[in-house]
Amino acid sequence: MPNLALDIAHLLAGGLVLVSFMMLYQDRLPALINVFALHAILLAASVAWQADIQNEPYLYVTAIIALGFKGFVIPMTLRRMIVRLGIHREIETVVGIGPAMLAGIGLVALSMVVMLRVTAEADPLAREDLAFALSVLLLGLLMMVTRRNAVGQVIGFMSLENGLILAATGAKGMPLVVEISVAFSILIAFIVIGIFLFRIRERFDTVDVQALDRFRGDQR
Amino acid sequence: MALAAELWSVAAYFALVVVAIATVRSKSNSSIVYSGTFAIGMFALSVASFALADGGRTGASIVLPLGLPWVGAHFQMDALTSFFLIIVNLGGAIASLFALGYGVHEKAPHRVVPFYPAFLAAMNLVPLAADAFTFLVSWEFMSLASWALVLAHHREADNARAAYVYLVMASFGTLALLLAFGVLAGADGGYSFDAIRANANLTPTMAATVLLLVLVGAGSKAGLVPLHVWLPLAHPAAPSHVSALMSGVMTKVAVYAFIRIIFDLVDSPEWWWAVVVLCLAGATTVLGVLYALMEHDLKRLLAYHTVENIGIIFIGLGLALAFRANGIAWASALALTAALFHVLNHSLFKSLLFFGAGAVLTATGERDMEHLGGLIHRMPQTAFAFLVGCAAISALPPFNGFVSEWMTFQAILLSPQLPQWGLRLIVPAVGALLALSAALAAACFVKAFGVSFLGRPRSAEAEHAKEVDAFSRVTMFVFAGLCLAAGVLPGLAIDALAPVVQDLIGARMPQQTSIDWLSIVPIAESRSSYNGLLVFIFITLSASSAAYAIHLFASNKVRRAPPWDCGFPDARPATQYGAGSFAQPIRRVYGTLVFRAREHVSMPPPGDMRAARIDVELRDLIWDTLYAPIAGLVGFAADRLNVLQFLTIRRYLSLVFILLVTLLLVLAIWP
Amino acid sequence: MALIRDLAVQGMQMLVVLLLAPLLTGFVRKAKARLLRRQGPPLIQPYRDLIRLMRKEAVLAFNASWLFRAVPYLVFAATWVAAALVPTFATGLLFSWSADLIAIVALLGSARFFLALAGMDVGTSFGGIGSSREAMIASLAEPAMIMIIFVLALIAGSTQLSAIAEFMLSLQVGLRVSLGLALIALIMVAIAENARIPIDNPATHLELTMVHEAMVLEYSGRHLALIELAASLKLLLYISLIGCVFAPWGLAPVEGDWSSYAIGGLAYLAKLAIGGAALAFFETSIAKMRVFRVPAFLGAALMLGLLGTLLRFVSESF
Repeated sequence: MPNLALDIAHLLAGGLVLVSFMMLYQDRLPALINVFALHAILLAASVAWQADIQNEPYLYVTAIIALGFKGFVIPMTLRRMIVRLGIHREIETVVGIGPAMLAGIGLVALSMVVMLRVTAEADPLAREDLAFALSVLLLGLLMMVTRRNAVGQVIGFMSLENGLILAATGAKGMPLVVEISVAFSILIAFIVIGIFLFRIRERFDTVDVQALDRFRGDQR
Repeated sequence: MALAAELWSVAAYFALVVVAIATVRSKSNSSIVYSGTFAIGMFALSVASFALADGGRTGASIVLPLGLPWVGAHFQMDALTSFFLIIVNLGGAIASLFALGYGVHEKAPHRVVPFYPAFLAAMNLVPLAADAFTFLVSWEFMSLASWALVLAHHREADNARAAYVYLVMASFGTLALLLAFGVLAGADGGYSFDAIRANANLTPTMAATVLLLVLVGAGSKAGLVPLHVWLPLAHPAAPSHVSALMSGVMTKVAVYAFIRIIFDLVDSPEWWWAVVVLCLAGATTVLGVLYALMEHDLKRLLAYHTVENIGIIFIGLGLALAFRANGIAWASALALTAALFHVLNHSLFKSLLFFGAGAVLTATGERDMEHLGGLIHRMPQTAFAFLVGCAAISALPPFNGFVSEWMTFQAILLSPQLPQWGLRLIVPAVGALLALSAALAAACFVKAFGVSFLGRPRSAEAEHAKEVDAFSRVTMFVFAGLCLAAGVLPGLAIDALAPVVQDLIGARMPQQTSIDWLSIVPIAESRSSYNGLLVFIFITLSASSAAYAIHLFASNKVRRAPPWDCGFPDARPATQYGAGSFAQPIRRVYGTLVFRAREHVSMPPPGDMRAARIDVELRDLIWDTLYAPIAGLVGFAADRLNVLQFLTIRRYLSLVFILLVTLLLVLAIWP
Repeated sequence: MALIRDLAVQGMQMLVVLLLAPLLTGFVRKAKARLLRRQGPPLIQPYRDLIRLMRKEAVLAFNASWLFRAVPYLVFAATWVAAALVPTFATGLLFSWSADLIAIVALLGSARFFLALAGMDVGTSFGGIGSSREAMIASLAEPAMIMIIFVLALIAGSTQLSAIAEFMLSLQVGLRVSLGLALIALIMVAIAENARIPIDNPATHLELTMVHEAMVLEYSGRHLALIELAASLKLLLYISLIGCVFAPWGLAPVEGDWSSYAIGGLAYLAKLAIGGAALAFFETSIAKMRVFRVPAFLGAALMLGLLGTLLRFVSESF
């Protein structure tokens, strides 16, 4: 098979885009967390494959960190958190699933066009993986925009982060120390957000951000 | 020679108008006129067919001393003209044959019969015109004649409003075309088409302006969204044979105008023109069929469907533009052939469907599907012909609708060769919209046929319907047979279209009739091919062998019994699915977004004996966001300017004085 | 001589699909029963059902029309012709150039068109509910299928199914993202088109859960036998389609000899068994969806197909 390495890298990156779409499709929180765990596992596999074909062993560490934190620790914590918050029921998205998927396709098309035009001279493997990574990033942003629940927005933020990691590994060479600091900053942000969520829930009995608008007096 | 014959037939149509007015009191007025139009139409059809089969290179042009004295009226007949004359005269002749039977029931024949030959004459003149003035005069004449026909039953309130909207949109379209021709001719004049072709001063900006003006002008007559609003109002209002002509033929004359101006007179298209055309066409296709699905008036449903099919034709034209702008001539030929073949197919099956609707109207007096039902038992032959039309328009093999859609899909599959990003992104989206509209069209016609013809009769009129007269039935079967023939032998049609495409693009599809077994091969044998005849034979053989095997081995006993009612027998026909209920799942999926469809169900509280009620609210968003504000603005401006009617004499004089002083100032300052 | 051989292969194909279809249905039912810890009906029960139905008299409603009586034959003919054109044990079928994938999908669409009309014919609300829901499902499943066909055609360079199968057999194809997306979308569409859980329940006659069964509620006797056979043929067609495009190993090439046909036949039986077992497993592990979640499901399949097509348009290496 010609260029097996290219094809498998594309497959894993494309799978990541597919799982981002699956996250857009979910409207129940427990399922969303499971799909996010799958997202992180696929990211780990993609980074590990890049480590293999680029011959950079320290990327394996990145893969293990992604797998460990985002594939297991964070989903488990989130699951317990939502049970304690009592919001493990249905989430309503701001726009319906159909328009969200259509917008997602538009974003993927946009990122393809941008990436492939801007990087016209670069290595084909890298530029197409970058195009996929930009798609994952934009889809994560779309998820943050179309979710009403704060936990859904946090998961959107995490998947955006996954897109960034995919971009960084695809671009051949990101020092390990940067990755460790990025991972720790994510962890700290996560803890802070968690604390805030609990405080919000204590004060206002809900984590629905539209309710927060109402309390702030911004509700129209 | 052919050109002279065609012009004589136009003159004969005008003579028939005079005859119609002269014999307006007589009983056999409509029979005389319709037989006359049938004869003239068949003559013109044969002349045009011979001209097209000849390669269309008659090349002759005639200049008649009519119209403006220093311009004269130029007429020319090339392959494109011959093809569209075939469409016009085939539709006209068969519609006249239909009207021989249908016109007997016309309550106001003096409002229909004199205008009908005039309408046919104008539709024949538009393709023949070879200068801008003749073109516009014939175009406007066509609009006016059809407007008069729409107003035939002017006592009904809907028809008056429909005719008014039609008149406004038609005038607006002619204005746009006038401006387009003005830009094309340039400041030096020279309005004949030859002079326009020779005009080398056409800058790209001017060409783009022409494109937009032609899209507005010809597009509004054809029914492109958002200029389609007159179509579903006007087409159903006219008598059925005229509706068939307006939907099946007049919209094609508008397509002719677009092709003539954009492909012939404007020589070098830009690639982004195709993006504009494809966006409009994609939106038209899907919106047309969604509107049709929400309708329960049979003729209005068919009119909205015309909008969808015009969208399909313009998708083919947009693809042809895209390929031509990039110089890929053979792909452009494929897309253009697909579009032209769909022009022919649509005129065939849309006329057939309108004839069927006319037959239903004659037999029951009803257009509303919620009052029909069970007609397949009372009008079996009409039902059979209508079923063939429904199958053809839903793009089912082996009929002709499938072949033109198949060719359009093949053209879409060639599009990755296009280098521009805009095209590469919009073509897959348009392909998805085309596939979506094809599936929705099939759903729409299951609804149309199922609710009107199948099931149980929902009203007394439907219960006592009688089969219509022989003329109507014969015409419907003629078109049904032509639909099947065009689907089974598409190679003949494609080869007949080759001279047209060759003239416009400079390339043509490969010769189809030399291919084994009468398949069609759009590009190369290894890529894809389709054989309508073999598919038809296969289906027939399989069905017959199944029937034979069943006959041999299975029991052939039949027993009649009441239908399954789950233990709750209810003989009322209202319990069966109607048009609104059939469309409810689709309305819920698509309509909540596109039409802001909302359902309100009000159930009576326990003990209250009134009936439950369901209200469905649909909003036409195009009307609300585009037309209503413009109408409001015009009304507002008119109210304000009304003040000018009531000024004193001193004020009027001061207006004139101020204008004069302003003009003198301008003259003084102008360098 | 070659013509005789090609004709024999084509005829063999038509017979094979006709004979294997009820066996596949029986296999799926048996596998589902076993997964639910039941004994299940014997594998040849569908054959017995068909023979029994053929022998019974047909009971027609009082107001059933000629269309109602003709539809079973039309549906069966269209589905059989479509199934005969999908390569099962050999590529290069003689008449594969007369109808490509788009025509096959359109033939299945015409079968569905006529079946929906038959549902409307008797004039009860059951038929109407089946036809209207089928229309909604078809309005999304058919475009999704066409998008999948686009992806396959853009990769293989042709819409002919035999040419696509040969291309997939050759080593030029590679593991493409768009093929992966097309595979997932095709599985989703196949489940919807064959009226399987989670879209529709083929084993029930309650109006809340039926789409396909509601349309054929009034049919009995030999008519019902033809319609059931057509439904089995459709399931066989879709599994064969997935097999010949995404798992083409074992397909006998165009100029093969009898041993390659035998290998092709065995490989085909294996593919059918795997497909049927996977379908049974999937059906027992998931619940049926609410009717108005089906558009979201099929909309996702359409989006996947559109994404795959878009990727192919954007670059040749996707």
